[in-house]
Amino acid sequence: MTAFACILVPDFPVEALFRAEPELRSQAVAVLEGKAPLQKLFAVNEKARRAGVEPGMTKIQVEACPGLVLRARSELQEASAHAALLDCARSFSPQIEDAGSDSILLDLAGLEPLFGPPAKIARDVARRACDLGLEANVAVASNPDTAVLAAHGFSGVIVIPPGKEAEQLGNLPLDVLFTVGHDAEVQPQNTPSQIMEILERWGIRNLRALAALPDIALCERLGQDGIRLQQLARGCASRTLVPAGPPLIFEEAIELEYPLVLLEPLAFLLSRLLEQLCARLGARALATQELRLQLELENGHLHRGAGNAVPAGNDEVGNDEKDRRCFHRTLRLPVPLLDPRVFLKLLQLDLQAHPPGAPIVKIHLAAEPVRPRSVQGGLFLPPSPEPEKLELTLARIAGIVGQDKVGSLQLLDTHRPQGFLMRHFASDRQQQPKKEKQIPRGRKSPRNDNLANNNLDGDPEREIAVTALRIFRPPLHATVTLREGRPVCITCSKRKDICGEILWAAGPWRSSGDWWEQEGWARDEWDIAVQESSGITLYRLVRDLLSGQWRVEGSYD
Amino acid sequence: MSSPLVCTQAAGGRPLAIFVKDPAQVLQRFAAAPKLAGVTPASRLAVRPSPERVSSGIREIDALTGGLPRGCLSEISGSASSGRTSVLLATLAAATRRHEVCALVDTTDALDAASAAAAGIDPERLLWVRCGETGLRPRTPDRGHRPPSEFRALEQALRVTDLLLQSGGFGLVAIDLGDVSQAAARQMPLASWFRFQRAVEPTPTVLLVVAQAPCAQTCASLLIRLRSGKKLSAFSFQLSEKEMNCPAHTQLLDGLQIEGELLRSRLQRKPAQSVTMAFATKAAGI
Repeated sequence: MTAFACILVPDFPVEALFRAEPELRSQAVAVLEGKAPLQKLFAVNEKARRAGVEPGMTKIQVEACPGLVLRARSELQEASAHAALLDCARSFSPQIEDAGSDSILLDLAGLEPLFGPPAKIARDVARRACDLGLEANVAVASNPDTAVLAAHGFSGVIVIPPGKEAEQLGNLPLDVLFTVGHDAEVQPQNTPSQIMEILERWGIRNLRALAALPDIALCERLGQDGIRLQQLARGCASRTLVPAGPPLIFEEAIELEYPLVLLEPLAFLLSRLLEQLCARLGARALATQELRLQLELENGHLHRGAGNAVPAGNDEVGNDEKDRRCFHRTLRLPVPLLDPRVFLKLLQLDLQAHPPGAPIVKIHLAAEPVRPRSVQGGLFLPPSPEPEKLELTLARIAGIVGQDKVGSLQLLDTHRPQGFLMRHFASDRQQQPKKEKQIPRGRKSPRNDNLANNNLDGDPEREIAVTALRIFRPPLHATVTLREGRPVCITCSKRKDICGEILWAAGPWRSSGDWWEQEGWARDEWDIAVQESSGITLYRLVRDLLSGQWRVEGSYD
Repeated sequence: MSSPLVCTQAAGGRPLAIFVKDPAQVLQRFAAAPKLAGVTPASRLAVRPSPERVSSGIREIDALTGGLPRGCLSEISGSASSGRTSVLLATLAAATRRHEVCALVDTTDALDAASAAAAGIDPERLLWVRCGETGLRPRTPDRGHRPPSEFRALEQALRVTDLLLQSGGFGLVAIDLGDVSQAAARQMPLASWFRFQRAVEPTPTVLLVVAQAPCAQTCASLLIRLRSGKKLSAFSFQLSEKEMNCPAHTQLLDGLQIEGELLRSRLQRKPAQSVTMAFATKAAGI
């Protein structure tokens, strides 16, 4: 059995507004379009309609209406809401048709074993749309046009059994017929208003009356338009679905009426956007590994944070908006996540460390979709931090010690001393199978290569402690007295305890590198023992051959 | 002996007067009181299970201590060149060999990457937090004078350790206070150590503190003191005289002789005793 469902969001511009401001749902709301002072109502919700407000009225006409909330139309929010509607439909069926900004058609063929009977599917679709912040009508019928007519005519969820289309649609008014799109190749002979006028003159008020008219006589008077409208009224029109492609773009945006200065109110808006993004990603069984936040700053303000701010020099924006500056932050995660609270906390911590620097007038948030993480846990695996918690912990630690002071170390393939860099720590990397260990050259020293691999083979039996070096960062400048080419006395101004006669010295071990570059280095290393109050301490003393300075680089411990 | 009169408060609030001749009867009557019926006698209390021990990566220390206990705070103290860092790196290497995720709170940013690699630490399993000068948002309000960098680093280390222990999932969290002066380490609030001990207690995490002198006080379940062995103490008098005429480049630091002493172990149900051991480290061409 073939069945089609239509998801229709009545008063779509208002519903799109409610996604951004859900607290308005209990009030009478009207959406304005146009430039002041010629603004007209573009859409209203049911409460406003009951108060006598209709689309097409001017702003001046409705300003006296008590309790009516007026908002400007936001095409950005409508685009986000439409994308959410598409995601909702795709979470049920791969065959969908984008029937308009406010409606989507789904082919339900073959879904019964997966989701249950059509009535259950319709209820689930309505619930999923509600989760995405959209109150939708859902109608199921045996052909797409009947489903569209029913979605426009009936509120809530309705299932029209096969063969009962004409009976169910009979009481609907004639104007719902013109909500169904017609074939683009067939040019209508009469405009909808002309047809409506003719039918009204005939005394035809609803679809039942239209369906009962004789075919040939109707064709003689209204032509092919009349036949098409009658087939729609009888619920027997048939056509194929025009499937829509699946663009995997997950973006949400809010345009603010007043510039935001503080980060706290920004967090509320980000929370809303993140919840919507995560709901959309969840509907497609996806997660995200990269969040891109773009804050449009107020005119005249320039963001001073180098690297993260780029001018919004987009050709598509108007000239007046070119002066605005955008603030970009990108949150890259080591594992795919789908928790809006984690994202919000990470964004908060990031914005606290890198504030935008100017009032915000527009928020744009995009997520890069990836497949969710699938990890097979094990009872006997060693403990490891949960990725969500770990990311938050790392962000908090980075807020305390600095972004570049936390992570895992990676040795560089160089003999240069302290040749390493910090990289982002990820607990998920440990789950991956280990590659064959490659020892970077930086691990070995030109001084003593043969002892470099004490414990690197991972043999627990070979538990030999390696003499460790504690590095002084930055190295301590020292004054060294030489006798016969070897240091005999040392004085360090920063550390008073490194002072006095050198009891024992071994060296020098000369090394150099990168002489072909500007950052060349050459040094002599000495191991020295100095008598201190706590005992004898071993230090590494280095003489920079380029500058001739002596430095205490660290202590052996 | 006259019969004692025992007056107590029963569960219902009425005073209960018991005339008894035998003290055993007194105990029986007390035990029969409704309020005390649910109390488990001390003799029947279950013995707390001994925590799991893990290897420190050095056989001699394992033999001395039985291993580092999970869910406890262990402390290693010693002066400079006493082998603290070598033991710390060996412990981290052993933990990463067990495929555990470890964290090192480096208070003075003193970790040498080459030493860590030579010790066998898997860098992908080690979270290195470098406390120090460039930290953001100091908790201490700036009232015209800034605390010394050492105290700022200590404050950072405490906050970071708190976060790591709350996050959970780490097999070993090590706090390196090796270059923090004893005066500064002594000013660390005892409440912090109690908080760390309490946070780590229900987890399988080993919390290891390396410092110049014991600073966790009673919170440490295991306390080891390290000192340089005879070789290091004596070579200034023996080797230097012996090798006085040898050129310096022919000499080589081949390692440290380390002696360890177990000062405290709450895990052994026997009187505290001081046990010593010795081991040597090998220079690894770092």
